[in-house]
Amino acid sequence: MMESVVLSNLTEGVYIISGALFILGLIRLRSPATARSGNVLSALGMLLAVVFTLVNEEIIGVEGMIIGFAVGSLAGAYLARRVQMTAMPQMVAVFNGFGGGASALVAAAELFYLNRTPPVQDSVTVVTIMASTIIGAVTLTGSFIAFGKLQGLVGSRPTLIPFRNVINAILLGGALGLAGFLVVEFTSDAAGAVFSGLSQGEWIFLIMAALALTLGVLLVIPIGGADMPVVIALLNSYSGLAAAAAGFVLDNQVLIVAGSLVGASGLILTRIMTRAMNRSLANVMLGGFGAEEATGGGDGEQKPVRAVNADDAATVLGYARLVIFVPGYGLAVAQAQHSVRELADLLKSRNIEVKYAIHPVAGRMPGHMNVLLAEANVPYDELYDLDEINSEFDRADVAVVVGANDVVNPAARNDSSSPIFGMPILNADRAQSVLVLKRSMATGFAGVENHLFHLDKTMMLFGDAKESVQAMTGEVKEL
Amino acid sequence: MIEELLVSLTVFTLATFVGYSVITKVPPTLHTPLMSGSNAISGIVIVGALIVAVREGGMVGLVLGTLSVALATMNVVGGYLVTDRMLRMFRRSDEDRG
Repeated sequence: MMESVVLSNLTEGVYIISGALFILGLIRLRSPATARSGNVLSALGMLLAVVFTLVNEEIIGVEGMIIGFAVGSLAGAYLARRVQMTAMPQMVAVFNGFGGGASALVAAAELFYLNRTPPVQDSVTVVTIMASTIIGAVTLTGSFIAFGKLQGLVGSRPTLIPFRNVINAILLGGALGLAGFLVVEFTSDAAGAVFSGLSQGEWIFLIMAALALTLGVLLVIPIGGADMPVVIALLNSYSGLAAAAAGFVLDNQVLIVAGSLVGASGLILTRIMTRAMNRSLANVMLGGFGAEEATGGGDGEQKPVRAVNADDAATVLGYARLVIFVPGYGLAVAQAQHSVRELADLLKSRNIEVKYAIHPVAGRMPGHMNVLLAEANVPYDELYDLDEINSEFDRADVAVVVGANDVVNPAARNDSSSPIFGMPILNADRAQSVLVLKRSMATGFAGVENHLFHLDKTMMLFGDAKESVQAMTGEVKEL
Repeated sequence: MIEELLVSLTVFTLATFVGYSVITKVPPTLHTPLMSGSNAISGIVIVGALIVAVREGGMVGLVLGTLSVALATMNVVGGYLVTDRMLRMFRRSDEDRG
């Protein structure tokens, strides 16, 4: 008895250390130079928490657990090793979903346990069980729809169900109403009726979970593929909050600490993304953006564009002093990251300064483009975010826009009738000349005409981004 | 019960503020590893899964607990490994490209 008290106190102490290690790990994410060691510290915190829980709860040797560990470790390691960097948003979406699902399952298991071990439960525990289940269930199905949209399994265009906001309100209201009913049910003496092995309360609990699962699907379905970065960041936050709620259920402080860290992280990223799109969170979540063809703001007639070939473009690049690359997701689609880095290396060998301007929504999740370029061996000190780089375009000789569109559209700055007016953009139009690599004249996600393409100083190099960059590299070598 | 709730709420509030101030200092270039790393941290629910799985909750409890352990383990293992894989790729221009 004495021994188990010591062990249990020791475990509580280890949980504090684990929480501290998680925070230290996040602090070290302040710079890419220290980030890797931070990740190791965080993992160490996790390992300590798991090992001491296993010992304290005398779990070692329970067969079900070994199966759970083995399946989870193998699947996790396989995914982590095999996933393509372009598919990172899908992977994070799946992990968010599983995190939320795990929290909901913990809450459910606790409910079934408590309901079979009278006496009457306290209301705080039951309330937190309901919260953890609802948040976790919404995170689970919402994340899988987000995964489906990013992977192209579900149409990335918004799916608009009539009266969807009314339906969602009914689902949410229904789930909360049932949760309230259950709090009364589980905290009263009266033993409910039993149907096929489950008590009335347990059945209602399952119905509540089903409503929450449906709500998760319907919340994400109407949101367009371009808005998925916001959705993933938000679901990341939910998965943390679900874990924190499970911590409230079990009175376990390490769950609360870790869960609230993740909750805060997801919220901050969500806000960064919505700001970068100049949208409110409500506007994103209500969905439907990009469902109908937006009409370009302003004048109907367009000036012609100036198409150039790789030879002309290479001449401009080869004699520049400062070249700023503006990569968009089109660059990743064309798998042109490595070719761009080779061109950049060649320019640097000609004593030309090279920088990369990364818009927050350049990829499919926060920071995605940076990872894609890092994979192509682009040094991180050449990557600049919006605030750092925008003043530099004035002294740049060439801005090379590769597979980006809306994020360099000057209409966001000076055309108040444009749907993207007010969105922070990269000021590529302020460079001496602009070189745009593009497949065709198709519009971007927002479906808005881009005046940048029609400026006198803009050269359009049409074709596959990778082939165009390689052609330019060849031509620069000839100079 | 209410005392325990108050302790938990205190911890929750303080940890949220710590999280906010720490995470606002993460540069945009590391936002993807931040997300995958925080995925791994939210896998902490594995501790909760282990605790509930071995309670006398009958077959239902054991099945739910084991499933939960599997999902949370995947988050933890996959999350940390993929974060490390990404962070390994980040290099300064003066570093050896190895």
